[in-house]
Amino acid sequence: MFVNAAIAATAQREFRAGAAAQRLSLGFLHEYVLGNYRDLYAATLALDVNDLNAAMVVTNLLRTAREASDEQRAVEGRLIAARLRSLPPHRVYGVLRELRRLGINNRRTRVIVRDWVAARPDPAFDAIKYRRSLSVAARHAHLPLPGEVGTVLFDWRRPKRYETPILEAWRRAHYEQQALYELPYTVAEGLAAQHGIDRARFLSGIAPKLTDGERLRLQGSAARHRVEAVAMDLAAAPLTRLAIYALSLPRPERARRRDELTGALQAAARRAARRQAGTWGRVVAVLDDSYSAAGSGVKRRRPLAVALATYYLLEALAADFTGLWLHHRGDPLLVHPIGATGLGVRIVDALALRPDRLVIVSDGWDNDPPWQAAEVLRVWRTRLDPHQATSVVHLNPVYDADTFDVRRLAASVATVGVRDAEDAAALVELARFATGSAGFDELRRHLADRVERFLNTEEAVS
Amino acid sequence: MTAVTDGIDLTGLTAGPAQTWGAIRLVPLLRPIPITELRLHARLYDPDEPSIVHTGPRTAYLSYIPHAFVATWTTDTTPVAAFGTQLRGSADTRAPAGIRLASRRRMTRREDRQRLRFLPLHLAMEGYLALQFGGPPIAWQEWTRHAVTRGLSPRVEASYTGAAIAGLDDALRVFEIHPDQCGMVLYVADALAAAFVVPHPDDYRALHPTLLQDFYGELLFHYTHLYPAVPDFTPRLDDTVITSVADLRAQLAQVAADWTAFHALMADGLLAAGRLTVTPVQRMGRFTLGPVPARLQPRSRKPHRRNHHRRGRPAGLPQNVPALGRPDPPGTLAVPTRRHRLGPRRHRHSTRHRPGRTGPTSRPRRLRPPAPPRHHRCPPHARPKTAQPSIESGAHEVNLPGSCRDFPACVGFGGCLDRRRRSAEERQGPLATRQPGGGHIGFLVARSRGRPA
Repeated sequence: MFVNAAIAATAQREFRAGAAAQRLSLGFLHEYVLGNYRDLYAATLALDVNDLNAAMVVTNLLRTAREASDEQRAVEGRLIAARLRSLPPHRVYGVLRELRRLGINNRRTRVIVRDWVAARPDPAFDAIKYRRSLSVAARHAHLPLPGEVGTVLFDWRRPKRYETPILEAWRRAHYEQQALYELPYTVAEGLAAQHGIDRARFLSGIAPKLTDGERLRLQGSAARHRVEAVAMDLAAAPLTRLAIYALSLPRPERARRRDELTGALQAAARRAARRQAGTWGRVVAVLDDSYSAAGSGVKRRRPLAVALATYYLLEALAADFTGLWLHHRGDPLLVHPIGATGLGVRIVDALALRPDRLVIVSDGWDNDPPWQAAEVLRVWRTRLDPHQATSVVHLNPVYDADTFDVRRLAASVATVGVRDAEDAAALVELARFATGSAGFDELRRHLADRVERFLNTEEAVS
Repeated sequence: MTAVTDGIDLTGLTAGPAQTWGAIRLVPLLRPIPITELRLHARLYDPDEPSIVHTGPRTAYLSYIPHAFVATWTTDTTPVAAFGTQLRGSADTRAPAGIRLASRRRMTRREDRQRLRFLPLHLAMEGYLALQFGGPPIAWQEWTRHAVTRGLSPRVEASYTGAAIAGLDDALRVFEIHPDQCGMVLYVADALAAAFVVPHPDDYRALHPTLLQDFYGELLFHYTHLYPAVPDFTPRLDDTVITSVADLRAQLAQVAADWTAFHALMADGLLAAGRLTVTPVQRMGRFTLGPVPARLQPRSRKPHRRNHHRRGRPAGLPQNVPALGRPDPPGTLAVPTRRHRLGPRRHRHSTRHRPGRTGPTSRPRRLRPPAPPRHHRCPPHARPKTAQPSIESGAHEVNLPGSCRDFPACVGFGGCLDRRRRSAEERQGPLATRQPGGGHIGFLVARSRGRPA
């Protein structure tokens, strides 16, 4: 199912496949779905696909607009505009650069770019933070830029001073160290290196300007340089990000800060669960902490972090929750990726508890022994639970390049791709399409419904 | 010194479920109770650094980069190989640019009261050579005379490092090491390629990547290209007898037990091998170091049997005996003290110990007088290792010096080596060029002086 891939795949190196294989596989999958099911392809923009795939879908739709009918183009245009508004700006600027690289420049594309840039809250800020990207987009789409923004992009040597504060700060920051702390972190970092500013001093100065993501990312760096100002309330961070951060700490430190980290993870999970908290009944999770959960150099411990975040999310969602790791026992915060993937035995342990829901978080490489989980689940379905009292869902955070999908555990069990554990609740609902039990028409209806809702909410916001 | 025993004791080791990657099948060997008195660790030698190993008085061998000539000895008494031809002014007193050669004393060396350093690949190769390159097992006067007057024929053995086997690096990288894993049996396209056992799981985790630096046979190299993937063996549960979770658990336990039995079968009798010749090399407390036990029968193999053998089925069973975890385990084989007198020694053996077993005229098909230099192809072999070999390249050649045996260890076999390289390349065809960097490292067994009496 394309949506699985579009949620889980990031075209980065995974534990078992290199970046090139992932990129090639994902590129082909996009081409295939675009060529054969254009409506569904466009409709995925309304789903929770990840940013990379949303950007790819937008680019591909604009690239092949000639092949679409007028009605299709109208819907696609609205979907693209709505999705671009919800994407982070650097992703959108990536799309705009890609459009230029591919030489896609028609009236419709120019209007889409113009509308998006016009809707940005502060063009002067973009002109500083996304300087190259904005200038590329402006040149490519012939954008009218307000006031000094055009000057700072294309004629920045001439003016002696700017009226706009941030532009003036950017000009002064080239000569004056103090002005640098009024700029966004990513811009200031390069200028600080030019000025030779000490890292600790720079971090304490720039701390008020940090975004939430940057602040979380800099926690380790700040602790190393003993910068107090970067400290943050961890509970405000998104659940999966927080799990990644927690797993990046060495185990002794995790044990030392157990209360703080556990509290933050639980708070983030409650926030992600929202109104559904405590409504799921008896839930058992089988969580994969085998060596392959270590991910790759570019996605360090990502599968394990997703499993850890799911643990806390399900704890918040369920009335009665048990989490079973494959190898780890005790405090889930100290989990460590090691050993083989023996899912079969653990699934039996989980099913013996007779839960309402069984959630399996694993990359699907069941190898101890191979495919035993599939056998266990088959026997469970046919012999021990023919009335399907227990619903089983497999969440897979790893895209398998060879099969163009996330790796499945068993034919009878729904497998859905997962990127962030926060989406797990919605994905479990979506899982009924993943088994193939729901028909194609039903899927189309469901997607049309989702598209309608998505467009209504997005257009109401804007 | 050499003894015959009844197989290898594998007490405490069980096989786990295999993990496959492409044509590679990796079977973990688990040891619930590790051996703690004996620990192994790798000592890393620079892989680009050729090494000389002194094996006895006036005897040494050298792992050697073919296009270098051993030219000079530095003033600080470490040997160097000149790196290609260099133009030098007559007044230039600096030493020519060269590669440092590290010298190792003996293949096994007791470095401390309770520490032993050994070169596992070399030990294994040594045992293998002793097994495969001996003279005929019969009294055969012509052969003897020829061997005494003209020397043994030079022979070439080619093997590949694990890095050259397609997919092995990925297979080892993605292999999920069990927490109690002490060993590994490696199959390439379901042909046995290596077995590797160490005493402790921590040692195994440290030494796991060294499987990539081992010797592997040429056929295994081809197999990875010919066979894209081996299938997983999927256990099938019998759902007709399952009525409860307890039944399901019983079935899973049955499956786990089946795996162990299945792997004993797959290893082609390796784990339950019959009679083995062993010669201990070093004794370490209650452990004995001795490489490469060998089955007794491989001498008169039929052609098809030999072919079979090439696929890596063990004739010389490589097992790291100290790792097997019992006092003085039987699976050991010798590095004979006077290794390079193989020909004559065989001769003496045959006349003294086995007189008249076969008539002197009945010549076995494979072993002929060495007069025209021949290149016997030899089976790849599996082998355990515990330390870094001093050789690392796409392919290795092992040359037993025949006619050039009188050259001192380090100097002067360039010509001979060239000739052998040529013939090796003729045999191997494009393979040699396929190696990254054309990395052929010759590794030559040379005796400095003295003919066999």
